Amino acid sequence: MMDVDIQDLEKKFQDKIDQDIKIEPNDWMPDAYRKTLIRQISQHAHSEVVGMLPEGNWITRAPNLRRKAVLLAKVQDEAGHGLYLYSAAETLGADREQTIDDLHSGKAKYSSIFNYPTLSWADMGAIGWLVDGAAIMNQVPLCRCSYGPYARAMIRVCKEESFHQRQGFEIMTKLASGTAEQKEMAQDALNRFWWPALMMFGPIDSDSSHTEQSMRWKIKRHTNDELRQMFVDVTVPQAESIGLTVPDQDIKWNKSKEGYDYGPIDWDEFWQVVGGNGPCNKERVDARRKAKEDGKWVVEAAMAFADKRNAKKTA
Amino acid sequence: MSKSKGWPLWEVFIRSKQGLNHKHVGSLRASDATMAIKNARDVYTRRAEGISIWVVPSNNITASDPNNEDSLFEPSQSKVYRHPTFYDVPDGISHM
Amino acid sequence: MKEKQTLYKYLLRMGDDSLILGQRLSELCGHGPILEEDIALTNISLDLIGQATLLLEYAGELAPEKKTNDELAYLRIEKEYVNALLVEQPNGHFGDTIMRQFLFDAYRKPLLEKLLDSSDKRLAGIAEKALKETKYHLRHSSEWVIRLGDGTEESHNKIQNSLESLLRYAHELFFENEVDELLIAQGIVPSAKSIFPIWEKTLHAVFEEATLSLPKNNWKFQGGREGRHSEHMGYLLAEMQYMQRTYPNMEW
Ligand SMILES: [Fe+2]
Ligand SMILES: [Fe+2]
Ligand SMILES: [Fe+2]
Repeated sequence: MMDVDIQDLEKKFQDKIDQDIKIEPNDWMPDAYRKTLIRQISQHAHSEVVGMLPEGNWITRAPNLRRKAVLLAKVQDEAGHGLYLYSAAETLGADREQTIDDLHSGKAKYSSIFNYPTLSWADMGAIGWLVDGAAIMNQVPLCRCSYGPYARAMIRVCKEESFHQRQGFEIMTKLASGTAEQKEMAQDALNRFWWPALMMFGPIDSDSSHTEQSMRWKIKRHTNDELRQMFVDVTVPQAESIGLTVPDQDIKWNKSKEGYDYGPIDWDEFWQVVGGNGPCNKERVDARRKAKEDGKWVVEAAMAFADKRNAKKTA
Repeated sequence: MSKSKGWPLWEVFIRSKQGLNHKHVGSLRASDATMAIKNARDVYTRRAEGISIWVVPSNNITASDPNNEDSLFEPSQSKVYRHPTFYDVPDGISHM
Repeated sequence: MKEKQTLYKYLLRMGDDSLILGQRLSELCGHGPILEEDIALTNISLDLIGQATLLLEYAGELAPEKKTNDELAYLRIEKEYVNALLVEQPNGHFGDTIMRQFLFDAYRKPLLEKLLDSSDKRLAGIAEKALKETKYHLRHSSEWVIRLGDGTEESHNKIQNSLESLLRYAHELFFENEVDELLIAQGIVPSAKSIFPIWEKTLHAVFEEATLSLPKNNWKFQGGREGRHSEHMGYLLAEMQYMQRTYPNMEW
């Protein structure tokens, strides 16, 4: 295609986006738009699937039958979310198994929060409340994302997420109103997950490389710092209401901005964890790789079986 | 074997209640049709979202071409991925 | 009184089978061979935990001293659990997991079908709900047995080995003692003997399609129904009971 044509196509594409018309898989789209989406959607998919592991760590030790069932259903939902998102990425031509192999080889990233260990039952509460809470904050605007299949997947995901955060907050509430030991367990979990949860929104705006373009394409609707602020503003009062304290001495209501001021985030830690030096990076990827390797013979067997049956049918 | 290293891709259509059309909800991987139905039930109807499921191998779907001159800049007519009812933000999504 | 106690014992068997198999399957959540199957196995686990919840709730009401389902699930000592040895066997590889499931489902489904006619209405009600789930489990597990059996050479050998090692535990599912005698006479439960031929028929049909052969060694382990478990059970319970044992008398 000639340059003029491309320019023309790009302009029409951007017009569509500006008019809030969704982009669908077969529509023309700039290469960079496709690439950005594939990266973002598959990272998101990986996060859902890797995110099963820290909570999966406590399913067998859940303290009662109800909690066990709820946690199982919750973690299973995350598998479903991963699947919806891999499907959305496939509509852009990203083969799922290839995408997954990129995760296993370390080429693809996922949310750093899942590289932190889950050390007590209270962590199930903290994760549901804070991590799913932060995820919802990130994801609700994506329900209006310009790419149709992604937006639709996010609508499904968001519908399911609301129960996730509630079950987590319920666990925290129960602990915070329990024995001294339980309350301490809850506070300890909040202490460990608070800062990593804030980091989930990504680097501060001035350091975020993709934000501007992504906002123009409407695959991002708010900046990292805007979302982080929204999260702090709704979460701090929630903590207070159940008698827990957010581990930040600088938290203070700021009347003029109608929001909380909060202390500096340790971005060194963030970049270390992104770079592979989080407490559980290796364990998480190893576990996923092992699942795929252990399942290889199963996948092959099912395919061989299907081929045999098809051959019989056509014979 | 299909060209992908894994199982083939299937498109899933679900009738959410009697009187409504089957609607495309997404896709999944399965080695055969039986498994595709089974997987669709597990993946897409975990909250009783459906009473009937169709699965179609994705590569058996022919989509119209949005690049035909006239329709070049019209919204996609692709049958595969249209979900016209899907655009409002669902209930129950606020701070929590 | 005697009848209540007897039904209590029977419900514990069923409840423990569900609980322990559900616990085993829950270990796999996040580690399944492929995402779709991960979700499917977790569904089965969820169903089983749900069944255990209902069965143990009912059992707890009939217990010599009233108990909650959680107390029964989490606070008994090993020899008080009466699940069959089969369900406590480790997950092994996917073929082991599927074979264990198949041998169990093929027994559970006809059992539940017969329990629909139980003179105990509450048990019949639980069976009705569980049957819907179990039919699906059996379909799932038998289809996989067939796929693996008639898949590749590797999968065939693997699932054949699973059958050799697990079938020895399955016969215990048809264990009967005075508990059954009394409940059968009252029309509350079917005899295990009446389920056995149905189970066998299912096995033959599925194994034939799967090109699997029944093992020559037909040794039959038993003990679980009487509280004598395999070495695996202690670890399973240590993990499952961890919170309740470490932090006694708290609510979660
Ligand atoms: Fe999720
Ligand atoms: Fe998410
Ligand atoms: Fe979630």
